[in-house]
Amino acid sequence: MTDLPASAAPSGVVARYRVVHETRYKYNSTVTLSQQYLHLTPRSFSCQHTESHLIWLDPVVNDSNEGVDYFGNITRHVALTVPHDSLLVHAESTVSLRARYTLAQIAGTLPWECVRDMIGKERSEATLEACRYVYASPHVTLFPDLEAYARVSYTPGRPQLDAALDLTHRIFDDFEFDSKATEISTPLDQVLRGRRGVCQDFAQLMIGCLRSIGLPARYVSGYILTHPPEGKPRLIGADASHAWVSVFCPALGWVDFDPTNRCLVQHEHITLGWGRDFSDVTPMRGIVLGGGKQDLDVQVTVTPLPLLVPLTDTL
Amino acid sequence: MSNQLLAHYLAAPDGFDEMLDAAKVPRAHWRALLANLEHEAPDMMRQRREMVQRQVSENGVSYNVLADAGSKQRQWDLNVLPLILPHEEWSGIEAAVIQRATLLNKILDDVYGKQEMLREGLLPPALIHGHAGFLRPCHGMRHHDDVALHFYAVDLARAPDGRWWVMADRTQAPSGAGYALENRSIIAPTFPDLLRELKVQPLSGFFRTMHDSLVHWGRLCAAQGDRPMPLRDGEMPLIVLLTPGQRSESYYEQAYLARYLGLTLVEGGDLTVRDGVVFLKTLAGLHRVHVIMRRVDDESCDPLELQHSLLGVAGLTQAAMRGNVLVANSLGSSLLESGALLGFLPALSRRLLGETLKMPSVATWWCGEAAALETVVERLDRLVIKPSGSLPGQAAVFGQDLDGEARAAFIANLRANPNHYIAQELVRLSQAPVWKDGRTPGLQARAVGLRVFACATPNGYAVMPGGLTRVATGPDARVLTMQMGGASKDTWVQARAKVEVHRLQKRSITGVDLVREDSNLSSRVAENLLWFGRHAERSDNICRLLRVALNIVFHVRFDQRGSEWPAVEALCIWFGLLDTERKAAVSGANAAAGAAGATSALPAAIFTDAEIESALLLAVVSPTVPGLARQQQQLHRIAGQLHERFSVDNWRALNRMVQPAAAPGERPSQSGVMTILDEAAADLMMLAGFALDGMTRDLGWRFMSIGRRLERLQFQSIVLQRALAMDENGSLDWLLELADSIITYRARYRAQPEWLPVLDLLMLDETNPRSIRFQLNGILGAMGKITQTQGPCGMHLLLPLKEELMALDPGVDLHHDNPALSDLLGRIGQASAALSEQISVQFFSYTDNGRQRNRTS
Repeated sequence: MTDLPASAAPSGVVARYRVVHETRYKYNSTVTLSQQYLHLTPRSFSCQHTESHLIWLDPVVNDSNEGVDYFGNITRHVALTVPHDSLLVHAESTVSLRARYTLAQIAGTLPWECVRDMIGKERSEATLEACRYVYASPHVTLFPDLEAYARVSYTPGRPQLDAALDLTHRIFDDFEFDSKATEISTPLDQVLRGRRGVCQDFAQLMIGCLRSIGLPARYVSGYILTHPPEGKPRLIGADASHAWVSVFCPALGWVDFDPTNRCLVQHEHITLGWGRDFSDVTPMRGIVLGGGKQDLDVQVTVTPLPLLVPLTDTL
Repeated sequence: MSNQLLAHYLAAPDGFDEMLDAAKVPRAHWRALLANLEHEAPDMMRQRREMVQRQVSENGVSYNVLADAGSKQRQWDLNVLPLILPHEEWSGIEAAVIQRATLLNKILDDVYGKQEMLREGLLPPALIHGHAGFLRPCHGMRHHDDVALHFYAVDLARAPDGRWWVMADRTQAPSGAGYALENRSIIAPTFPDLLRELKVQPLSGFFRTMHDSLVHWGRLCAAQGDRPMPLRDGEMPLIVLLTPGQRSESYYEQAYLARYLGLTLVEGGDLTVRDGVVFLKTLAGLHRVHVIMRRVDDESCDPLELQHSLLGVAGLTQAAMRGNVLVANSLGSSLLESGALLGFLPALSRRLLGETLKMPSVATWWCGEAAALETVVERLDRLVIKPSGSLPGQAAVFGQDLDGEARAAFIANLRANPNHYIAQELVRLSQAPVWKDGRTPGLQARAVGLRVFACATPNGYAVMPGGLTRVATGPDARVLTMQMGGASKDTWVQARAKVEVHRLQKRSITGVDLVREDSNLSSRVAENLLWFGRHAERSDNICRLLRVALNIVFHVRFDQRGSEWPAVEALCIWFGLLDTERKAAVSGANAAAGAAGATSALPAAIFTDAEIESALLLAVVSPTVPGLARQQQQLHRIAGQLHERFSVDNWRALNRMVQPAAAPGERPSQSGVMTILDEAAADLMMLAGFALDGMTRDLGWRFMSIGRRLERLQFQSIVLQRALAMDENGSLDWLLELADSIITYRARYRAQPEWLPVLDLLMLDETNPRSIRFQLNGILGAMGKITQTQGPCGMHLLLPLKEELMALDPGVDLHHDNPALSDLLGRIGQASAALSEQISVQFFSYTDNGRQRNRTS
């Protein structure tokens, strides 16, 4: 057993990004009241620090309230009471990332059954917290086929994170990215049968696999840096919201896997927040009065920034 | 003891009987009732039953059996005999219910707060984190006086050994307290002396306590949220009852309670959240709401943060979290209804209260525990399996009903999803007497269960001294549910000493707090009031038109009718009472042939007399065609939307109206149909009388009044236009009859009706409540009042027409051949339609156009 204590996590900023996330609605009839619940502010945690963040809307909101949800994410409630035909929500953040565990560091963790057996019995703060993410949730229903799919990776006695990485690889290999195949409400069993979907489907599928064998897993909402073709400039708005999976490991804490990109999350993923599934961290959820038909346009731009030279307090 | 009384009473050998002890001797607290029954005239019980039935029917007490589109309201089944509980026994129940409510409140507070019970292992995580009813957005909600569970109901059953057991907890939006109150109000007058003699405790004090507590917390919400606006001394907080609407099972009860407690009954669309504060949308603007007593389920309360639903209020969760409104019960309290919790309560009680649980719960196993699952599989025959709350919408399954493959499949499913199920021991319910009429009237034994209610106060819980006794339909029913068609009983709890007369608590209302206008009139209610007025008037118009038409058909031979008949016939067609399209389809060829052969000066008759008679009779009694019966149903439906605004007396008249006048398919006789029409006219007159003499002249009344006047204005202008189209010699009696003005005319002129005086009476006479001018005055008067508070709202549409009307010179203009009269009437009809449209756009439109939509990106 080569468990790394949590304190051995490498620290120090390894990447900095600026993220601009613009959401535009165009309505074909006037909206008289719009209430929006936003999860658009990156949270700070051991692997990420939000250096600066601002949200503005057009039209300007007269009612805005920041808060923290049950999962510790930063939320914002806004309401627009002026009649409007279009809405722009502009969120802009600068974050710095610290190094995460490498593939070498996650090798050889506890057998997955040990983790399963701790849940619901062991009552440390970390395990209790993990219990929030081990049961079915609105978008992650549990059913036997999920367990069967998971068991191929989770063979008896296999180290927990080895199995998780294998599952990450298998989902990437077995499923095809297809933005037309699914929508937000597509149920998990349909995704599993159709073998197609987008990042959100793959993340929720992997979460369902883990929970169906009794392992806690959470849904992470955020962004990923994309690489322009060689020699081409970075395009504005070409990036998109992203989603991946965080797996509970008693020794290392939460370790993130990205089944859409077949990787262990390193330093190109920017986290907004996490929850049980998409429904807990929907970037924008709203109720409008009026509006009729609507057009939605989302533009995300992730730009790498230079690492800062640390300021010293000696002059 | 009378043999006959108990001749058919079979006390179950292996169960507890509420009335008889083990030796089959009546228990002490039942003796007074039995002696009473024994010594009174044999007919008394039948009379009581009839009295109860009449009251239930006239008050319109109902329970919607299924809350879906094809649902039917079921009349409330109230047994005339009460369940009696002696004082000592009640003290035990009361203490146990208070303890349980206190405990559940603490659990709720912990789950939505520090979660120490999870940390200490007293609650398994699956019960909370795996429960669909755990509302994460409500975690961290703070409560005044630490009360999250404001109302609580508990279903009790008595085991064969005489002990009471808890079957289920109702913690979300418990229903039944209003029905219990209504039961008492119906039963009490049937046994007036007995109630006193048995020292039965009244229920009113409980509701007053409940209301006072809500007022207390409403004040705190006004003063202590993050948008504080404290109320003055004596200024009352605005408390609303949030209903899922008319289709909810217990809508009747909700409206009844709202009226009894003086709360504003609202639907989700009546409320809006602005900057964390809940407002009621009223005609006079937005009014801050301090307390929401809710009957909407947890997850439907807020489409923004909880589930998508049209019943809720977007932003309500935030408003409650920020302390600006009290939602009672607190959002997320359905969690406690999970039967899976029952097994953990004894330990939680010791930990949280330092007490042992006073009343046990029926033996319950949560299959999520491995050992419990094995026990359940082993004893399946003696258990009922229910969903634990993590999967909504599943029915209970009785283990003894399962065999063969079904049983194996059921067990397999249980093993696959153990967290989702609980199993409970089947309980043999106690029995109590019900009264049965028949050849040998007397008492019969039926299984009963008792729902007891508690409300929170700033100083702990108070229990209603009474409850809703539910009666199984057959002698050995296993489930008690109002949905499946069970009956209920009044519950008499005896006091130790003589019952005190409750005195109203004094509230210090000062001059500034006097309320002269219901400023909280919601737009939805105003709209319904306007339409109620219109439909009441429309019913009256249809009723009178049918009476006039049938009188002619019955009493004047076809060839003796003057030109008034085509006018009346045309009106019947106009109002849909005669269906020309159907007629044309049936006998197009015949009509053509008939017209060619007609030699009479009258226009060709479209319908034969027999056809007319049968069509009009149908229009009187059948709701399937346009006519009186359908119109009355519509009126009743709209009144249902306004349930809490009408007095019980008003409701009696309304309910009488929709009782079928004739059996389906039965054709009423000539005299029968005239009686139906006369009675309907009288009932409608009574409603109009209530409106005139029994309702406060507030804003709502004005809308209702405008509705009535607009409808009458349109009707009279159409009728007069048709009348003016007659030839000069047509009889005018029918016109006076239709306008209910015949008596006035005779008193004034003592002669056959003539055009000039008739037109004067029906158009220009401002003292005649049926005249055109009277309607214009009434509408303009009411609109003038509304304009004072709400701004201009369309008076300009009618004012010039009134001036034109007043400029008419009776001697010169009021004659049959004046085409300008008909033209003016036509324009008045159009203007009243335009005004109706304008009012709708100005005051009500947001409810129709403002469909809420849920969006996620």
